[in-house]
Amino acid sequence: MITPRSGSVVFQNIKKQFGAFTAIHDLSLTIEPGQLVTLLGPSGCGKTTTLRMLAGLEHPSSGKILIGGKDVTMLPANERDVSMVFQSYALFPHMSSLDNVAYGLESSGLKKKEAREKAEEGLKLVGLAGMGGRLPAELSGGQQQRVAVARALVLEPQVLLLDEPLSNLDARLRRQVRTEIRELQQRLGFTAVYVTHDQDEALAVSDRIVIMKDGVIAQEGSPRDLYEAPASAFIADFMGEANVVSCDVISVDGADATIRIAGLEHRVPSRNAKPGPAKLAVRPNSITLEPASGAAYPGQITHAAYLGDHVEYEVETSTGRLFVVDPAVERALAPATEVAIGFKGRGIAIING
Amino acid sequence: MDHRNRRLDIVLGIGIAAFLLVPWYRIEGGFLGFGWFSGFPSEASVTPGILQILEYGRWWLTIPALIMAAAVAARFLRDPMQRGAVLAAAGAAGVLFLTLQGLAIGFSGWSWTISETLFGALADGQPSMGAGAVLSAVAFVLIFSFGLAERGVMKGDAFVVASIAMLVFLVAIFVFYPVGSMLVGAFQDFDGSFNPDGFTRNIQDNSIWSLGCVVGGERCGVAWRTLWLALMTAGGSTIMGLAFALVATRTRFPFKKGLRLLTVLPIITPPFVIGLALTLLFGRAGVITEWMSSLFGIEPGRWLYGLTGIWIAQVLSFTPISFLVLIGVVEGVSPSMEEASQTLRADRWRTFWRVSLPLMKPGIANAFLIGFIESMADFGNPLVLGGSHGVLSTEIFFAVVGSQNDPSRAAVLAIILLCFTLTAFLAQRYWLSGKNFATVTGKGDSGAHIALPRPVSIAVHAMVIPWMVFTIVIYGMILFGGFVKTWGLDNSLTLDHYARAFSVEMRDGALAWTGVAWNSFWTTIEIALISAPLTAAVGLLTAYLIVRQKFAGRNVFEFALMMSFAIPGTVIGISYIMAFNLPPLEMTGTALILIACFVFRNMPVGVRGGVAAMSQLDKSLDEASLTLRATSFRTIRKVILPLLRPAITAALVYSFVRAITSISAVIFLVSAEYNMATSYIVGLVENGEYGVAIAYSSMLIVVMIVVIAGFQLLVGERRLRRENRVAGVTTTPSLTLGQEKTA
Ligand SMILES: Nc1ncnc2c1ncn2[C@@H]1O[C@H](COP(=O)(O)OP(=O)(O)O)[C@@H](O)[C@H]1O
Ligand SMILES: [Mg+2]
Repeated sequence: MITPRSGSVVFQNIKKQFGAFTAIHDLSLTIEPGQLVTLLGPSGCGKTTTLRMLAGLEHPSSGKILIGGKDVTMLPANERDVSMVFQSYALFPHMSSLDNVAYGLESSGLKKKEAREKAEEGLKLVGLAGMGGRLPAELSGGQQQRVAVARALVLEPQVLLLDEPLSNLDARLRRQVRTEIRELQQRLGFTAVYVTHDQDEALAVSDRIVIMKDGVIAQEGSPRDLYEAPASAFIADFMGEANVVSCDVISVDGADATIRIAGLEHRVPSRNAKPGPAKLAVRPNSITLEPASGAAYPGQITHAAYLGDHVEYEVETSTGRLFVVDPAVERALAPATEVAIGFKGRGIAIING
Repeated sequence: MDHRNRRLDIVLGIGIAAFLLVPWYRIEGGFLGFGWFSGFPSEASVTPGILQILEYGRWWLTIPALIMAAAVAARFLRDPMQRGAVLAAAGAAGVLFLTLQGLAIGFSGWSWTISETLFGALADGQPSMGAGAVLSAVAFVLIFSFGLAERGVMKGDAFVVASIAMLVFLVAIFVFYPVGSMLVGAFQDFDGSFNPDGFTRNIQDNSIWSLGCVVGGERCGVAWRTLWLALMTAGGSTIMGLAFALVATRTRFPFKKGLRLLTVLPIITPPFVIGLALTLLFGRAGVITEWMSSLFGIEPGRWLYGLTGIWIAQVLSFTPISFLVLIGVVEGVSPSMEEASQTLRADRWRTFWRVSLPLMKPGIANAFLIGFIESMADFGNPLVLGGSHGVLSTEIFFAVVGSQNDPSRAAVLAIILLCFTLTAFLAQRYWLSGKNFATVTGKGDSGAHIALPRPVSIAVHAMVIPWMVFTIVIYGMILFGGFVKTWGLDNSLTLDHYARAFSVEMRDGALAWTGVAWNSFWTTIEIALISAPLTAAVGLLTAYLIVRQKFAGRNVFEFALMMSFAIPGTVIGISYIMAFNLPPLEMTGTALILIACFVFRNMPVGVRGGVAAMSQLDKSLDEASLTLRATSFRTIRKVILPLLRPAITAALVYSFVRAITSISAVIFLVSAEYNMATSYIVGLVENGEYGVAIAYSSMLIVVMIVVIAGFQLLVGERRLRRENRVAGVTTTPSLTLGQEKTA
């Protein structure tokens, strides 16, 4: 039986410099056992570096890393109880898939026979029973990916690390494989740290998401928190496109606040806002458009693109240009149409940054 | 902590054993002879370190012993950072102190007057370091590395830290220490005292610097002659190499395969053999000389013996190397650029001169510099053909072995030679680095190279065809010459030479190797077979560290290693005998010094091949292996080496071939007991025994071909796919071989 354990992970004030360049500034993060936590952020924000420090492939310039409560900051990679699925899979091209999976087991001192038995089990776990004899070059991309996962999992690590595991797969396969990874994680209950730059993927697989920007954590929370209550314009935009517009908070009563944009008033969750000028993140599909002139919040369509199941509009308004997604394909509006802008009930959040 | 303690315990054990269980000083009869067993531990000469201190008044050894004790005590510290710090400090102090005491205290007491005035005279000196001293030094280096690793240096990877430390230690001993000793030697008298007279006298010597040939009248100094020869050889071999490369890639020459084969042959030919063959053709008793004299009545002259002859031999020897450098460049010029030029209304002539040739320029400069260094370093051809018109490398030799016996002169000449080659090496490195326009990309670059303009085509064929014929004739002579009675006088066929060299008899039911060559032959093979894997291992390990590990001073480390390329064999030879003839390290006359010489001279090639091959291996493969609980050692063994098979074969073949064919350094280091084939053959040539010399040389060539094929089988192919398609990374042995020196 392959039963990965689930350890916690703690980063304490981690800083990482490459020469004069600081890749990670003072990062502190706690990951609960058994959770799948995603590090999400644009390319170059330091996700891989963070993951590699956890694996022991880079050592932090300062700070501490604990895995399962044990300080591992100074431990080399091969003495840490984590394993990693690489972006490029890094399957050893001269070994069969079975040998690849058995490699880590043999390194940890298992007898060849036991290692092979366990490796067989690992391959079965990822649905590749009977494919053990093939060389990596003889497997499809998706199969290679699964070998990489099996290779990491059979070591029963406290934490499984995945660095953009889907980036080498084609779009169709991505959806399927990410579901498989999530299922496996929930079934076996291991802790996983998952790196991606794709917010859809992050939303689909994570228990928690940590959004990074320029080497710092921008926001951390459940997928729902991040989507519905982004802390900043950056996050709002990163978690699915958002229009950021200026507004005035007129009044706050408890959990709700009343805001005004142009001449339009609307009620949104208050999120500790204070009366006065503020910024609002509005999802493109939370905006309604009605052909009309002389509305409270008027706009004019400048671009329209028909995309089958929805129409994308760009609308010029007094508060700037808005990007709108409208499911009503049957009444596509032509450019230059004057419209009245309105808001749906959800997908609108006051942001503080 | 577990296996950290285990590895530390082993090393500490070795350290303690070094002081207690083995003779501290060098044993005359050799450590491995185990003759010392009978007198151990009571006899003064074989007693271990601890008794040297207690019984024989070598009080200075107390200090390393105490440092070792400190390291042992540190093992029981709890805090890993603290323990690491103490271990590292103890290791460093131990190595430093051992070095210092070795240099400071010689056979008869202090080597330096300053220490004598400071500490007072010593009653007794000390012999050279032996097993105990060496073992303890190694233990200190390892203790130092483990200490650093525990403090998280190199991500806590003890294997990597220890490898770097060991390599630096070894390179310091076998490259920098000898070269340094030689520099110092230039300022020393026979007894080792400081005396700049020899240096000033020699550096101003007219026979070195005279410009007589320019001003008119007598000959130029040897430095200028060598420089002139090197420039001519570099020019000649570069032009020939380019012609070859053009013929091989841009024409429909029918014998391209044969061309390639011919260019590989000189690599496995001992360097003086070409010179020897030239003598048989054009020497005073040479075939062609005789014809000329009988047909046209031309007096047999001595024109071959001198710069002209050396130049011809060197161009013949180094053209293949230049070819192998240039073929990559010529092939690398993207056909699409030439096609683009043609679509821009340029004709073939213009395309060649304005596009193709300029793109090849950095490669041509590179080939030129390599030719230059090769020629400077060449020893075999000048020795056979130089006569009294020597070049620097042979002058160095005669300054120590001849009647002159003037080590200071040898050192000065060696310094001059070293300056020339290092300048060329630095030029090659800085001036050419990053200037490679060769455009081999991963993208399939379709299109064909355009044909050469007619005049160029005619010119290159006019160079290549005679060369091919000439080479075939020369190798014909080498094979044939061994079967001819007395070359030029009695051309009847005979097996005498082979019999004399390689006869075997059955005596009393046992095989007796009665041939004169057997002794040096077996020594050569043995030493070559020992040093080849060592060279490959050290070279590839270094390549791994350079490519895969980031550490402070990595560039300096790489540079220092590669620099040993540019040190001509003669210089290495002279510096080894200057450094390893006296305490603290005495190795002259042993097999060890030959092996060390080969390993550190040939390692850079392994490094280069390894670096090239390893750069093409995705780094995440090693990282994956590390995260899969493998140590770096296991990673190297299980992942990197199997993927580097072509580079390994190349390194093995190269170092084996070099160990067999090199002469320049070897001729200084051989002894009666360990004589090498090349120096034996040179001896035969000097005695005029051309027949046996040639027979022996041909035998060596055949043996090398056989062994190379053996290596190929042994290391095997890389299996990345079931149907063995050629993988992207293929470093053909010959390519790597060709880029390096022959000297
Ligand atoms: N070994 C390195 N040396 C220098 N800079 C590095 C190194 N590794 C990463 N960086 C830099 O650190 C930043 C973060 O990189 P990385 O963690 O790979 O980003 P990503 O979030 O895309 O995975 C980038 O700006 C990158 O250039
Ligand atoms: Mg990344």
